[in-house]
Amino acid sequence: MTMGRSAIGYYFKETIDSLVRNNWLSLASIGVVTVSLFILGCFLLVAINTSAIINTLESMLEINVFLESNLDQSEIKHLNEQLKFLPGVSEVEFVSREKALESMLTSLGSEKDITDNLDENPLPDSFRLKTKNVELAPQIAANIYKFNGVSNVIYGQKIVERLLVVTHWIRTTSLTSIIVLGLAAVFLISITIRVSVFFRRKEIGIMKYLGATNWFIRFPFLLEGLVLGFSGALLASIIVYLGYTIVIDKIAVSMPFLPVVAQIDKLAPVYLGLLVLGLLIGAAGSSISVHRFLKV
Amino acid sequence: MVRLYNVTKIYKNNSVALNNVTLHIKKGDFVFLVGPSGAGKTTLVKLIFREDLPTRGQIVFNGKNVVRMRPGEIPFYRRKIGMVFQDFRLLPQRTIYDNVAFALQVTGTSNHWIKKLAPEALKVVGLEGKEKMRPEQLSGGEQQRVCIARAIVNNPLLLIADEPTGNLDPGTSCDLMNLFQEINGRGTTIVMATHAWDIVDSMKKRVVALSGGKLVRDEESGAYDHGA
Ligand SMILES: Nc1ncnc2c1ncn2[C@@H]1O[C@H](COP(=O)(O)OP(=O)(O)OP(=O)(O)O)[C@@H](O)[C@H]1O
Ligand SMILES: [Mg+2]
Repeated sequence: MTMGRSAIGYYFKETIDSLVRNNWLSLASIGVVTVSLFILGCFLLVAINTSAIINTLESMLEINVFLESNLDQSEIKHLNEQLKFLPGVSEVEFVSREKALESMLTSLGSEKDITDNLDENPLPDSFRLKTKNVELAPQIAANIYKFNGVSNVIYGQKIVERLLVVTHWIRTTSLTSIIVLGLAAVFLISITIRVSVFFRRKEIGIMKYLGATNWFIRFPFLLEGLVLGFSGALLASIIVYLGYTIVIDKIAVSMPFLPVVAQIDKLAPVYLGLLVLGLLIGAAGSSISVHRFLKV
Repeated sequence: MVRLYNVTKIYKNNSVALNNVTLHIKKGDFVFLVGPSGAGKTTLVKLIFREDLPTRGQIVFNGKNVVRMRPGEIPFYRRKIGMVFQDFRLLPQRTIYDNVAFALQVTGTSNHWIKKLAPEALKVVGLEGKEKMRPEQLSGGEQQRVCIARAIVNNPLLLIADEPTGNLDPGTSCDLMNLFQEINGRGTTIVMATHAWDIVDSMKKRVVALSGGKLVRDEESGAYDHGA
């Protein structure tokens, strides 16, 4: 079939007519798409930022393993090997008690005289570990604690645990609401399209008599669904974008130490993803109705 | 052009609408399909248009088996046939011009051709100057002409009309028949189901008579009633 310009004009005119005719339903569909994709957008931004925070923490976070004072060289070496081969551990560094004291003195600087009075080094030997993934830290620390010769294991327990709980909670609640709202959006769009089909049933009958192909008849309805989905997605993207700009401005003032993701190359996929998802929701919603109600 | 071989149509409620009908409509024919109400005229027309399938028998259009046609082929097949309905089936919100252009739009014709063909078809049916009006602003006879313009605008091989004069006064019907004759003169085959015996008698065209679903008479330049 040759698709003349008249056909394309026809498609767009029909689509716009339908959208205007079903204005309340259209608005409701767009609204639900907007809300679900808005939540998804927020979730993605939060996820991107927490992973940035976790990355920063990861580079800072280390596990300090303090050793008992009565170990000999071979025992220390043996422990070193054990730690190195522990799954999830990326780096192991031995810090002798002399070195620990030295770095402590350096960091104390001018207050050096406090330690001048010490006749003996009070610090134990220790290992400084880096993990491949912060989430593994609690597990690894618990394992190490059971090793012979280890007196104590210290790491940023509270921060990590809290962060993990928060991200987990955010993930589950937003994913659940996104799925529920996404399905609602698909359903509402399919109803909107069903109403459009109903309004145009007479025309559809005439089109069949005039030799219109099934795809020609279906296309404006698919287009209507795509327009609904895309409009909702566009609206969601704009709201998320503006909201995020405001939020990062606020954070830059109140919590400048937080590593906020603001680079456009990291954020663009989020907005693009929302738009694509909007189109998919629209396509899904209209396909359902077009195939069920336009048996031609 | 259209051949029916032993076509039988039994509807779901067991009513036999067509009973073993064999018929050949030749290219350029002008065929009146007559018979009492319930004889099966509309059913026959629907089967040719592939709106429904026969229970038994075959229908062949220009060598193509209509019964065994794939669903995807149906639209393209229908473009070869123009349909004129007793109840017009025009789109009320659209202008006359748009109604006629619609037949071209839905088959993907370019704007360039639509601008050429739609006015031509309106001219043939004598509706120049009324392009911008809506169907409700026209008389029944004029609406029927719009319907005919829409049916002929893409130059079909066959024009089917099911009781096109059913709602029209005798004078208007007569004008309409002249129009059909003119269209037939351009080479379009015409099949027209009708109860208008006066028209059939005066036109002296081929008459195919159905009764109770059976083909009871097929005469070149026949009359509405046998022996009239
Ligand atoms: N969709 C249908 N379902 C069941 N029976 C039908 C259907 N359509 C037609 N019939 C029956 O088939 C027979 C033929 O009907 P058809 O409409 O073809 O007659 P017709 O010759 O066009 O009559 P008329 O002159 O009144 O238009 C009738 O008995 C009718 O009741
Ligand atoms: Mg009939």
